[in-house]
Amino acid sequence: MNAFQNAQRGALASLPMIVGGLPFGLLFGSLAAANDLSIWFAIAMSSIVFAGSAQFVALGLIAADAPLWVIVLTTFVVNLRHILYAADMLRFVKHLPLKLRLIMGFGLIDETYAAVRPMYDMGSADRSNGHQVYLGSFLSFYLMWNITTVIGALAGEYIPGISEWGLEFAMVATFIGIITPYLKSVPYWGAFAVALVASILLKDMPNHLGLIVSTLLAVVIGYSLDRLSGANKKGATTNV
Amino acid sequence: MSSLELVLIILGMFVVTYGIRVVLFASAHKAEIPEWLDKALKFVPISVLTAIIAPMSLTDSEGLAVSLMNPWFVGALTSLLVGLMFKRQLLTICVGVLVFFLMKLWLGA
Repeated sequence: MNAFQNAQRGALASLPMIVGGLPFGLLFGSLAAANDLSIWFAIAMSSIVFAGSAQFVALGLIAADAPLWVIVLTTFVVNLRHILYAADMLRFVKHLPLKLRLIMGFGLIDETYAAVRPMYDMGSADRSNGHQVYLGSFLSFYLMWNITTVIGALAGEYIPGISEWGLEFAMVATFIGIITPYLKSVPYWGAFAVALVASILLKDMPNHLGLIVSTLLAVVIGYSLDRLSGANKKGATTNV
Repeated sequence: MSSLELVLIILGMFVVTYGIRVVLFASAHKAEIPEWLDKALKFVPISVLTAIIAPMSLTDSEGLAVSLMNPWFVGALTSLLVGLMFKRQLLTICVGVLVFFLMKLWLGA
């Protein structure tokens, strides 16, 4: 398969999330306009910062006249989860040229991580073509995000009730489609259960901190269960 | 807000966002991830994806919403069951989305 076909596969795997992201791009553009921010500001946010939920949080903080450092610090906290994605992806990108890694870093968003990372596990991406799949996912999402931002900003006002349509459910269903193939062993079920319960209990923590805390908890539980079952199978002699 | 402030906001947000995403990738050639961490990180996808969607599927603005009248819950549960049974991603997504929107339509919400 050539580079273009691999990129196409990446874009295709991201399609449900691109559909799910449509209302948010439109909403972001129209909210920026509703807050009397210029269309150039909205475009700069989506094309330079490119960070869905942090962009919405920033709009809220700008509307509340928050100082610059609060906006930047909040952005930092909201995006902290991406460092986990980077750490997890490291093994698949470390052999790539620096320039390529710098570009891939820019596109390390929830959706691209969610679409591409499992493809390495399922065998539909590997170290030789994974970056092409990744770039296809990133670029198609980037294109959608910026186009919808412009449309939303031009429309200038809320698109009536678009946030009520429930298009985000496409993302929920996609994530479940990604999760279920992992649910084959006790450690993964454990991580799943802990993430589920913890994220609900902690959902009211500010700045998506609940998301980060419950993810870390689930990772620790999954890893511990993995070690326990490994120890049972191999006996106490192994020291991994 | 002045234009300068707005430019600084974009700049500041870009620096922290890109910084977080790229710092490990940029040093990837010399970064050595210890084996235990590498094994732990394998649990990141399932953990983070579950933590993102569980509150969306199981709660609403009033709290826990585990109810057969909640399209989010029913749609997500359907997707989960279809995914576990058939292990076909596209089928999982399509059936879940279909159930979700049919229920929304039926409830008139």
